Order: sequence, then structure tokens, then C-alpha cells
Amino acid sequence: MSDDKKKARRPKPPLREVVLESGIRPKPIYGPEDLAGRDWAEDIGHPGEYPFTRGIHGEMYRRRPFTMRQYAGFGTPSETNERFHWLIENGQNGLNVAFDLPTQLGFDSDHPMAEGEVGRVGMAIDTLADFEEAFREIPMDRISVSLTINSMAPVMIAMVAALVEKRGFDVERMPGNAQNDILKEFVGRGTWIYPVEDSVRLVGDTIEWCAANMPRYNPVSVCGYHIRESGANPQQEMAFAFEIARAYIDHVMERGLSADDVASRLSFNFDIYGNIFEQVAKFRAGRRLWARMMKNDYGCTNPRSMWMRMIAGGGGGGLTIEQPENNIVRGAYYALISALSGTQTMALCSYDEAYTIPSERAAQISLRTMQMLVEEMGLADTVDPLAGSYYVESLTNELEALIIGEMQQVRDAGGVVEGIATGRVQNQVSQQAYQTELAIQRGEVKKVGVNCYRTEEEQHDVEMHPYRREAQDEQIARLGKVRAERDDAAVQAALLRLAEDAGARRNVMPALIEAVKAYATVGEMAGVFREVYGEFREPEVV
Amino acid sequence: MQPIRILIAKPGLDGHDRGAKVVVRALRDAGFEVIYTGLKQSVEQIVAAAVQEDPDIVGLSILSGAHVPFCRKLLPALAEAGLAEVPVVVGGNIPHADIPALLELGVKKVLPFGSNLDEMPDELREVVA
Repeated sequence: MSDDKKKARRPKPPLREVVLESGIRPKPIYGPEDLAGRDWAEDIGHPGEYPFTRGIHGEMYRRRPFTMRQYAGFGTPSETNERFHWLIENGQNGLNVAFDLPTQLGFDSDHPMAEGEVGRVGMAIDTLADFEEAFREIPMDRISVSLTINSMAPVMIAMVAALVEKRGFDVERMPGNAQNDILKEFVGRGTWIYPVEDSVRLVGDTIEWCAANMPRYNPVSVCGYHIRESGANPQQEMAFAFEIARAYIDHVMERGLSADDVASRLSFNFDIYGNIFEQVAKFRAGRRLWARMMKNDYGCTNPRSMWMRMIAGGGGGGLTIEQPENNIVRGAYYALISALSGTQTMALCSYDEAYTIPSERAAQISLRTMQMLVEEMGLADTVDPLAGSYYVESLTNELEALIIGEMQQVRDAGGVVEGIATGRVQNQVSQQAYQTELAIQRGEVKKVGVNCYRTEEEQHDVEMHPYRREAQDEQIARLGKVRAERDDAAVQAALLRLAEDAGARRNVMPALIEAVKAYATVGEMAGVFREVYGEFREPEVV
Repeated sequence: MQPIRILIAKPGLDGHDRGAKVVVRALRDAGFEVIYTGLKQSVEQIVAAAVQEDPDIVGLSILSGAHVPFCRKLLPALAEAGLAEVPVVVGGNIPHADIPALLELGVKKVLPFGSNLDEMPDELREVVA
């Protein structure tokens, strides 16, 4: 028998089993029959039209490419200001501000808990003087500034308001946003301070104040991102984020605002890693679902309220410590997914993110990656190019059903706020993280360079962003100078008013703005809240 | 044989607890008694928890980059509380270049990102053996 005949008789290799992270088992081939019974106009429609499956704007990137907004900030406000100017000179058109942990948790730089952390994972802000320095000569009325801040968001928004006044920006048109999604902090990232209920009330205060006083400012960016980074699968990411967003809307509606007032200024922050098609479908499904919920459940009439506006870029969770240069390639795929998904803003994880905050070199590679998509690869030419793909439309439908199912489960169990206060949501996410980790370690889920295609004698460490210890001393000296020069009576009066308003559960924003302008410190203002509200106690991991 | 008691703590301000919680679950599944402190533990709080819980091992999970300064404070404080014999193990995103410095401070073992969950119980048993 000839070799050819032997080959011909050999059975075909079996079909490899494929299970996506969502649990969906994609078929090897899709066709028109997979979309039978679906109505194009009703389910998909045109970009810029309800239900916005294909995107929230009509011509999308043909009119304006996605905003590129790398996360940046470290050391002192002056160092951060330099990095901001460097990023803008390199073509970045938005800023995404990183604060250090003491600032995020309401400790002054000279507090014992701040030791070793000042300026480490972001910049230190103690008073308005620091905020002024950080944004020196940054045209904040044109380059939108996104503040990655949560429990301290009311204080930082008060600082924005103070700067608007000092620098004479038009408050009616002032752009920008704060992350200010405290509920997700209890699930992942962990920069909560106060108990859940009062934390949500503070978010409500910022929404209410901005709606009345700084109407173009986006006070909340609801984050599925950190929930997924903590272990959630794609449908949990979307479902928990939507339930959290609805919780904020419900809360503020109790104060008499309309759903349109709130939803029209809400935006989202989502995570990207994993299967390209599943990720694109996740966002398309999310857009359709959000639009339908806002219209049908909340009776919104303003199309802006139905837009799932988002920042979505690569997530550090997909990157690996092993073979770190591979992360440059992963980042490029995540950026591709983000562009294919119709994101408004892109922030790409940098290849050294598994180790540290981005070095200048890593940040530049990320920025160039995004610029290549726009300038070289044609990702800004045509809206939602995957629309009509039998596979992607089918996945979109399946993901939508899974997200709805997940949301229903959250509600059936008592709702997202209660689920977070009791730790049920956190436990669900960490259980998922555990299962994922086991699946990777046992080789059931493949990760290149980690559980397959490993290289022996790997060079593990990458060039790291250096931590400058002296930044702490410089910042403490700066803080001391501000404390010595300010009008103490004015500070004490402002803090007293803040305590009264917080205690009476009145909107704290006016008192906060007064305190900020008197150069009260972040620690003093957070101290008032700690006193009045108390601190959250973490539920047990079960 | 008595199960090994391990106190897992999240020191300092870093709130990334995915890894710590995964390790809590993995060690419980392996029959360890795990006490998890939750986030934002100061040196004093970790020492107090260790005195109260009497663990065989103290495990720290740190992702902020502050692992060396934190251990420089914690290890002497544990010793001062009479717990010099309790081995301290550190996990998180610890660059390889920093491992010698941690061991020099008295840390018994470093289990950085990607440490194998199936092997971890045995590695910890060796630490107390």
C-alpha cells in the first residue's frame, strides 16, 4: 500500500471542543439560519439609532476617532504635570489621572498609613494647591480630564469646581469625568472607606450637584472593568455594572431627578481580554440591552440616556508576568477589539502592567498602538465592521441573554446593593476567579507563555517605573507649607459646616467646595466623613 | 495531624485582593485553617491578629509595590510581640529582583504571581516543618 492511500484512510481529526469564558460553545460554522426570526431593524438597526447595537454615533470614528487616554500619574503633582504635558505632546487627547493610595483613601501624605505609599501608584493630592499644580497649563476646558477616584470623588469634583472658578473656565461647558463608582470598589479594587449606604449617598450628592451646576461634567463612570479584573466572567461584568448603574439611577430618582437627568451623563468603563469575538459581542449586546432598559424600564426619552458610552481598553488581567514582551502583542489585540466594539475612549494596558504602573516607554508603545489602528489599519474608517457577521450577531444574541439572566439572579437574591453589603457579590466573583485560576494552572484554559509554549530560563523582570522615595518627603514638606500659610479659622469653619451637612444627610458638595477653597486637606475632609458615617467592615470570604 | 493554621493579611492600602482570596479558597480546599484579615491592615493590626489567632504561618499579599518597606516594619514588630518563630510568607506581584531583599529581612518564602495552587499547600507545609 502506498503512503498516499494510508493517508487517505486516516480518519479526520475530531472537532476540538471550544467553550468560551461565558460558557457559550461556538459552532465551527455559522450561517443565515443562525439569525432566523431576528429583525434587522429592531435588533440591530443603524449606528446612532435605537437600540444602538452598532454604536452610539452615526458615523463614529469617521467624524472623530476614539479618544486616547492613557492612565497616568505618579509622585508629586509637579512630576505628574510633566507626564501630562508629555502625553499631550505625544498626541494623547484626554487625560486619565492616577492618584496614589493615600489620596484615594483619604489619608494625608504625612499620615502613618501613607508611609511608603506616597506617589507610588499615582500622584499625591493633599490640598487644592496640589491639584492646581498637577493641572498647571493643562487646558481642562478642552482636554477632558478623567479622574480615577472613588470614595474621594466628591472631594476631587469639588477641586474641579474650585479650579473652574479660579481659572475662569465656562462651568456650563466644563467637560471631564470622575470614576466615582463606589459600589464596584467593594467588589474589586478596594478603595472603599464608608459603609455602603452612605457611600452611595455621596455618589448621589455628586450627581445631583453636577446636574444643577456643571451640566456637561460626567460625575460617574460605572465600572465593569474592576469586577472582571477581580475574576468575573463577561456576562457577570456587564450584568453587575448595569445593576450598579441602575442602583445609582434609582437612588437619585428618589431625590426628584428624572431618569434622563442621570442616565444622560452616565458612562461606563469596561474590561477587554480574552476571545476577540466574544468580547466584541459582549459590547454590542450591552449597548442594545442598556438602550432597551433605559427606554422601557425607565421611560427615558433623551437618546443620550440610552447610550452605553464607554471607555474600554485592555485589561491588566489578561497580561502575563511570563514573557512580558508578549503583552505588547496582547495589548494590540485588545486595542483592536476595543475599536471593533465602538468604544468612545480607549485606555490600553501597558506591557509592564503586570508588574507596576507604566514606564514612559511602555506608555508610549500603548499610545502608538492605538494610533496605528487609526492611521494605518483602517479601524476608524467604517462603523461596526463586524455587523452582519453570522457568528458575531449570534454571539451578540447569546451574550445578551446571558447578561439578562445574570441580572435577574442578582435581583432575585435581593439586589446589588444588598448583595455587596453582605459580600454575596464579592464571593461570587472570587469563586469565579478561583475556578479560572485553577483552569489556567491545570491547562484547561490556555495562556501562551504560562501553561503552554513556555521558555526556560526566562528573563522575568522588565524595566520598571522607578519609585522615587524622595517624592514622599517633598510632598510632606509641601503639605506642611500649605498648612502653615492657610487661614485656619476659615478651614475650621468649613469643616464644621461639612460635618453638619454630612450629619444631616444634606448634599455635601457646597460645603466641600468651601473647604477645598480654604485649602482643607484630603485627610481632614475624609476625616469628617469617617467621623459621621463610620467605616465599612468587610464581610467574610466564604 | 493538626491542620495548619495560616493568617492571610492584606497589608497597607493596596486593595487588589483577587489573589489573596484565591489563595484563601485554595488552602481551605487543601485542608488548611485560613483566617483572612481583609483589606487595609496596619502593622499593628496584623501583629494583633497574629497574637490572637496563633497561626502557624503569616501570609501577606501585596500588589502595590510596597512589599519591602512593609516587611521592614512588620518583621521586627512580630518579633517584638514574641512571634519571631512564626514564618512569614509573601505573595503578590513581587519582582524577582526584590526576592533576596525580602529573604534577607527574614521572610521565609516568596510566592509571587503564578505560583502553583496545587503545589502551594506542600510548599507551606515545608515552611512549618
